[in-house]
Amino acid sequence: MSDVSSNGYKSGSRLERILRAGHFAVTGELGPPQGAEINVIREKAELLQGLVDAVNITDNQTAIVRMSSIGAGTILVQEKLEPIIQMTCRDRNRLAIQSDLLGAYALGMRNLLCLTGDHQSFGNHPTAKNVHDIDSLQLVQMVVGMRDEEHFECGDEIKETAPRFFVGAAANPFGDPFEWRPYRLAKKVKAGADFIQTQLIYNVERFAEFMDKVRELGLHEQVYILAGIGPLKSPGMARYMRDQVAGLDVPDAIVDRMTHATDGIDPEDKKARRNAWRKEGMQVAIDLIKQMREIEGVAGVHVMAIEWEEAVKPIVEGAGLLPRPEPEPLPTSGSETE
Amino acid sequence: MIVAEQKSLEEIKNLIADMEKVLVVGCGTCVTVCFAGGDKEAGILASSLRMSTKLDGSTKEVTHITVQRQCEWEYIDPIADQINDADIVLSIGCGIGVQAIAERYPETVVVPGLNTTFLGLPTEQGVWEERCAACGECILGITGGICPIARCAKQLLNGPCGGSQNGMCEINPDTPCAWQLIYDKLKSQDRLHLIMDVQPPKNWSSSRDGGPRKITREDLRLAVEDSE
Repeated sequence: MSDVSSNGYKSGSRLERILRAGHFAVTGELGPPQGAEINVIREKAELLQGLVDAVNITDNQTAIVRMSSIGAGTILVQEKLEPIIQMTCRDRNRLAIQSDLLGAYALGMRNLLCLTGDHQSFGNHPTAKNVHDIDSLQLVQMVVGMRDEEHFECGDEIKETAPRFFVGAAANPFGDPFEWRPYRLAKKVKAGADFIQTQLIYNVERFAEFMDKVRELGLHEQVYILAGIGPLKSPGMARYMRDQVAGLDVPDAIVDRMTHATDGIDPEDKKARRNAWRKEGMQVAIDLIKQMREIEGVAGVHVMAIEWEEAVKPIVEGAGLLPRPEPEPLPTSGSETE
Repeated sequence: MIVAEQKSLEEIKNLIADMEKVLVVGCGTCVTVCFAGGDKEAGILASSLRMSTKLDGSTKEVTHITVQRQCEWEYIDPIADQINDADIVLSIGCGIGVQAIAERYPETVVVPGLNTTFLGLPTEQGVWEERCAACGECILGITGGICPIARCAKQLLNGPCGGSQNGMCEINPDTPCAWQLIYDKLKSQDRLHLIMDVQPPKNWSSSRDGGPRKITREDLRLAVEDSE
């Protein structure tokens, strides 16, 4: 029992090897379909192939029923694109979570993002009962225990192969109470998180302030922090995110950039306006990534272009992050295989 | 207190539809204080049902009575004659009161006139808020006297989720974020260290998840004769 496997890594995932080697990591995101069509996943995977080091697969995001994260992740493994399984505490108790994770590991998944989960009142089954048997921190602690101590949450030993995940957690630098957010991150680190993916960042100044505190606490040396980046599609989307979405901070300057993207374009030319907005949205994302790279303690970016996977290539390319580095191969003598 | 609110008249009428003699039973404790099922409400409900069913062309006889506490045998035993005389009892006590009458009078049909809603308190005239989830393992000592089980929509034990904004919960702009309240309270008392450690998974077996709960206090039980 140890926190490293015989291959010298915690999990040996591509993401872990990229980060361990000191490369600036890029992760993407893929939202499974509201149906059972395998080709939807394959087509989205194709759009992300070679552009990112690993891909988050959401778990019934915004509490809307979709193909399971582990199901869609299995398809990604087949497509040789590394998944990051998202697991929320909303829909499963500790039995179901551990059982699903044993299955996910057996099917080749190596990265896990532990989340609380959006409240069911936002989704398409608002009358559902939620679970929240454990919270996201306890989930981190549980899966780290499964990996490093080879025991279940109850303390029972895991027979034969214990699942060895590279364990992530989320952080929202803009949630309230703002001054406590770095301490909540510290708790996630204490629980054993290996990497952190943040909420979408548009307010760089405020994020930098958050990172100042994170460095003061020494957290950036204990956990890999991937900054959340999301391209805006229109000024309307920017305004909606600024005004309506709890936990997001979109400065007026960015809304203005999106608004002025269509200056000089005929208001009747819908297509030209749409293209201008999208181009500016991608440029904003590129500029944000460049600013993130300047902040000490940011180990990579998590590009969330949900239902706009085509945007990932120009953004990652524009930010100078292509081609993606090839990590050191795992030692062949190790018992762990990817 | 136990906080409840009255069901719609339409739903209540459906529950008593086939019965002639209806006895509305109010309760003088929690539901009186929250203006849902006290003597006043029992009288108004009985009167409303008399008028409403008469308009519908029915000949129901609706009477009412209120006991001090519907959840104890000693208070519901004295109204045995009224209960036995009725075709149906419409209890406007909390869910415990309804079940107490049903249990004590097995032959009687008992239906609820209230929806029992939560354990809480009035925060101002006409406003009640939930405060306790009766989880069976109180953690208020480490959360500044504010319960995240009852007051956080996700029952989080390790701090606020990302949806806490300007002190409010993302699921309802009128609902304060329990963890913002906890943070503010502990900060003002210089006791933030209480929430810095990772709280382990909660033992829910003392909660409803462990099945129906029961407390037996041998020190209080009446002596059982040594007849065996």
